[in-house]
Amino acid sequence: MTNSPNIAVPPPRPGLVRSLVGKKAIMAVTGVILFLFVVGHLAGNLKVFQGPEHFNAYAEGLRSVGAPFFARGQILWAVRLILLASLFLHIWAAIVVTRASWAARPVGYHGLTPTETTYAARTMRWGGVIIFLYVIYHLLDLTFGAANPSFVPGDVYHNLVASFQRWPVSAMYIVAVVVVGLHIDHGLWSAFQTLGLNRPPTFRWRRGVAGAIAALITAGYIAIPVAVLVGKLR
Amino acid sequence: MRLTLHVWRQSGPSDPGRFMRYDVTDVSPDMSFLEMLDVLNQQLLSRQESPIAFDHDCREGICGACGMVINGRPHGPRHATTTCQLHMRMFPDGAELWLEPWRAQAFPVVKDLVVDRSAFDRLIAAGGFITARTGSAPEANNTLVPKRDADLAMDAAACIGCGACVAACPNASAMLFVAAKVSHLGLLPQGQPERGARVVHMVDQMDAEGFGACTNHGECMAACPKEISIDFIARLNRDYLKATLAPKPSVKEFTGAA
Amino acid sequence: MELRSRAPEGPLAEKWEHHRSAIKLVSPTNKLKHHIIVVGSGLAGASAAASLAELGYTVSCFCFQDSPRRAHSIAAQGGINAAKNYQNDGDSVHRLFYDTIKGGDFRSREANVYRLAETSAQIIDQCTAQGVPFAREYGGLLANRSFGGVQVARTFYARGQTGQQLLLGAYQALERQVGAGKVTMHPRAEMLDLVVVDGRARGIVVRDLVTGAVASHVGDAVVLATGGYSNVYYLSTNAKGCNVTAIWRAHRRGAAFANPCFTQIHPTCIPQTGPHQSKLTLMSESLRNDGRIWVPKKKGDARPPQQIPEAERDYYLERLYPSYGNLVPRDVASRRAKDVCDEGRGVGPGGYGVYLDFADAIARLGRHVIAERYGNLFEMYERITAENPFDVPMRIYPAPHYTMGGLWVDYNLMTTVDGLYAIGEANFSDHGANRLGASALMQGLADGYFILPYTIGDYLAQAKLGKLGTDHTAFKQVEREVSERVDRLLTARGRRTPDAFHRELGRLMWDKCGMSRTAKGLEEARKKIVELRDEFARDVYVGGRGEDFNQTLEHAGRVADFFELAELMCRDALDREESCGCHFREEFQTPEGEAKRDDARFSYVAAWEYAGAGKAPVLHKEALAFEAVHLTQRSYA
Ligand SMILES: Cc1cc2nc3c(=O)[nH]c(=O)nc-3n(C[C@H](O)[C@H](O)[C@H](O)COP(=O)(O)OP(=O)(O)OC[C@H]3O[C@@H](n4cnc5c(N)ncnc54)[C@H](O)[C@@H]3O)c2cc1C
Ligand code: HEM
Ligand code: HEM
Ligand code: SF4
Ligand code: F3S
Ligand code: FES
Repeated sequence: MTNSPNIAVPPPRPGLVRSLVGKKAIMAVTGVILFLFVVGHLAGNLKVFQGPEHFNAYAEGLRSVGAPFFARGQILWAVRLILLASLFLHIWAAIVVTRASWAARPVGYHGLTPTETTYAARTMRWGGVIIFLYVIYHLLDLTFGAANPSFVPGDVYHNLVASFQRWPVSAMYIVAVVVVGLHIDHGLWSAFQTLGLNRPPTFRWRRGVAGAIAALITAGYIAIPVAVLVGKLR
Repeated sequence: MRLTLHVWRQSGPSDPGRFMRYDVTDVSPDMSFLEMLDVLNQQLLSRQESPIAFDHDCREGICGACGMVINGRPHGPRHATTTCQLHMRMFPDGAELWLEPWRAQAFPVVKDLVVDRSAFDRLIAAGGFITARTGSAPEANNTLVPKRDADLAMDAAACIGCGACVAACPNASAMLFVAAKVSHLGLLPQGQPERGARVVHMVDQMDAEGFGACTNHGECMAACPKEISIDFIARLNRDYLKATLAPKPSVKEFTGAA
Repeated sequence: MELRSRAPEGPLAEKWEHHRSAIKLVSPTNKLKHHIIVVGSGLAGASAAASLAELGYTVSCFCFQDSPRRAHSIAAQGGINAAKNYQNDGDSVHRLFYDTIKGGDFRSREANVYRLAETSAQIIDQCTAQGVPFAREYGGLLANRSFGGVQVARTFYARGQTGQQLLLGAYQALERQVGAGKVTMHPRAEMLDLVVVDGRARGIVVRDLVTGAVASHVGDAVVLATGGYSNVYYLSTNAKGCNVTAIWRAHRRGAAFANPCFTQIHPTCIPQTGPHQSKLTLMSESLRNDGRIWVPKKKGDARPPQQIPEAERDYYLERLYPSYGNLVPRDVASRRAKDVCDEGRGVGPGGYGVYLDFADAIARLGRHVIAERYGNLFEMYERITAENPFDVPMRIYPAPHYTMGGLWVDYNLMTTVDGLYAIGEANFSDHGANRLGASALMQGLADGYFILPYTIGDYLAQAKLGKLGTDHTAFKQVEREVSERVDRLLTARGRRTPDAFHRELGRLMWDKCGMSRTAKGLEEARKKIVELRDEFARDVYVGGRGEDFNQTLEHAGRVADFFELAELMCRDALDREESCGCHFREEFQTPEGEAKRDDARFSYVAAWEYAGAGKAPVLHKEALAFEAVHLTQRSYA
């Protein structure tokens, strides 16, 4: 009886997809990828303040990156595929993890007093759902134009302004972006914890940094609809 | 002082259970919380009513037997204090208290405030040990352990297995308990050979027992009477990813981890 | 009944070695066939169950808590002794042996105590290998502290949680065997009787505390590791569940009960706050290393401690025992505390307390050092009393703590019933009339890891045991008796709760059979106990059902057995007309008020044989022969 007698029969699937801890890791990695997109996307979107030409050029640029080696849109599609895959994995993991946690407490408390957790942490799930629905609308609005009254293919600047000039749309965008901000606030720090990158005593400032980043991103995104509403962009 | 208690009464796993109201008078602030319940139980008995069942043994905050959710806080309002070490001076006169058992799929209710925590034992059996056959140990001082490591290991080893972390976790996850054991043993040189296999086995067992997934709320740490830090959860995740993504041969053969 | 100690011949230092090589071994294939029942999962039980399973035996282990990890050993704070001489302060196996014999006031068996000292070093190696995070020095070596009653630093510790860490080590080894299918663990199961077939222990009858089902378990040997019975005093430092039931029932089935009156009163506990008090909390004795004990010189001096000038304080231990000062053995420290309080110089509510003052140590070593050493103990004290020992001196008072008495065992740890073993605090142990600090953990683990697993083989290899089933008449008979006992408690339906009876019994024992005893008091106590017991039988109210999780019923059963034990304790205390160690008979003391032994008449172990209900138990004496040490009047002056 030299080595551990408690050896389980070698489990079928690799730990990463088998266990909840593994799924959380998948969620963290895909989450970070999505996060990077959100950052990059913001950087691009802010070009809108440089006026129609620049902005449309940038949108056009997105499609023609890699030319002449790649055909038009190839790289963009590659990126889109990565994003789609990440989003899919992210949501899949989210759903499995969430259902496991719900099943883990069939009888609820009369009341459980939160002490350490944050609003952001508690809204990850529904926040995620909101983000998802938002993205769908958002694609119909500015990518495919289906939800956009005066959609002009190619004139991204016009589409954007047209959309945001209707205040309910802007309001909805702003709300969505705040939700994304919250999601990133907890998500970013949480991802570090999940990936085991948090080492004491740093996790305190990691939390702060995550919050700051989330705030900046949210502010950046909000700036655009606001600018349209106050007429700075037209 | 006088108190109003709403106590969860449940005759067994099959009984749905309900809150019952009790008014307790002449409570001394020097009483421990459990002594207050003792007094109530004596009164119930003398009225030939069935006393409230709750687990307890050492009443010194070390055996981990006691524990109930008091007004939404496992082990009650006082930080780093087990229910048995909680004293009535912590509560205002006339306070109204809701007492509930730990609530988790993996901790079925035995009776009233008593739950079955044997899942924790099975977690340890799954790998929460160092294999050291009796009599085969080398001279203790042959292996030096830096004080820092020994102290950190001790921080993790201080866990009393009370289950408050699970009770407090919005996901009913056992991450803190498992992380504490994985860290305690993983921080010591003696724990290295089984380090990878240990974490993989314990994580599998944790899922098998039906605990939820940790989404880093940190409530467990706040409720833990021994102030076990969620830093250890990061450590568990780190060890787990190492063991599954880049397993040492030993881990491979023990766990078939990928 | 004859008491054969089976202590091997030959020079002290070689006895154990010889014995081990001489005793019979069980072949690996046969080990699998042997089923051993271990009752108790404390340090002794868990270490034994794990080690036996590692050897290949099939083991069943029982405990009444919901998990083996909660055994009362978990509460041990201070540390564990071992003759490692890491501090190079002249420690040695012989010195540990001698200190233990002397501390026990020469009422323990030389051969056993020497073996204990011999194995002590191995225990530290074993536990370290299991990952017990003992305190370390900056260089990475193991750290030591000194502990009451000795002049060397040989105590190993893990913060203030030594017992917890040692138990978790044993518990993890046990769970490993559970996972391997070698040990079947039965938590929330209480042993209510022993089954003896043809003079041999063959099993136990257990009540499942969740379902209330009474069932039998058959084995080839039964090991009792059920701990101590200090709770006979109701208020003690022991966990609420600690009880005498297992060993008392074994006693009634033929196991001699040795030195029942030897109970240790611990000097450093938090004083009682009121009638609601459910147990007393120990403040580890290690505090005495840095704390100074004092009371005001003036009677009834009500000033807050800080306002009492140095000149008006009486550091009575330092005054009376210059060389040991605050580190005198427990019995001495306890009795002196009682004396000063009886003089009316006690402090705190009720006047039953003395100060344990850290002001000097904090000034000398700095706050951080003290915090490092005793941080969690100070917190515990603060939690309970709402006073911070960094600012105000602690208040302490003695409380029942440990029972040196227990089932009589021979050198192989076997009781007077063949195949029935007792280890840990449950046996009459190697501590004689008084246990030194940090020696119980040592003994529990020595018994469980390194002694019993060998010696039990000697019996199993020779005993030709037939197969038995739980349907055997003996088992059915005992099951019936157990059920009847349970029913009697349930059907009494009187007016008083088991707790009320227990408190009354405890008070009586504390007054008459506690720190100091007199023939008169003990006689009174015995009469009163008998009356109380009859009243209990008539007037107890338990309520609820037997086929259910019924904590009142559990308690009632334990109290019933405490009554019977209490009577035997008084009888034993009365019979021993001398003072030794913790047993202080006021009639027998030196002019300075020290315990006065009578080696001519009482240098023996008193082993009581149960003679049947209502009959006087029969006293058997194991004479104690001392080859290696010569008896001295214990002196710590
Ligand atoms: C507060 C405190 C501090 C202490 N500090 C120290 C110290 O610093 N150093 C030291 O050396 N010693 C110390 N001691 C003494 C030491 O802790 C004990 O003597 C020792 O742990 C006893 O261990 P054990 O295994 O014999 O019994 P225990 O640990 O008491 O275990 C008894 C086991 O038996 C089981 N059991 C009991 N009755 C039954 C039954 N009827 N049926 C089924 N199971 C049963 C229980 O469930 C438990 O598992 C301390 C004691 C106390 C109270
Ligand atoms: C006010 C904030 C935002 C503005 C102004 C904005 C603007 C745009 C515009 C103009 C496009 C079309 C680009 C093109 O077709 O070339 C686009 C596409 C997209 N946006 Fe946004 N966006 C905002 C917020 C977000 C957020 C918060 C997310 C994600 C959570 C998001 C996800 C996407 C995605 C996935 C696409 C499709 C990209 C592609 O074509 O592959 N957007 N956005
Ligand atoms: C812009 C898109 C998104 C980004 C940038 C993002 C980012 C992240 C990050 C970084 C995490 C942390 C992972 C961890 O805890 O280790 C996370 C967690 C999570 N995400 Fe997302 N996510 C996005 C979209 C979504 C969507 C669409 C859903 C669900 C429909 C979702 C649901 C969740 C859930 C449930 C968690 C787990 C909560 C937690 O770990 O605390 N997310 N997300
Ligand atoms: S981690 Fe803390 S809360 Fe959880 S079981 Fe251990 S001690 Fe209790
Ligand atoms: S509260 Fe639960 S979510 Fe994780 S950090 Fe603690 S286990
Ligand atoms: S009763 Fe032991 S920790 Fe509370």
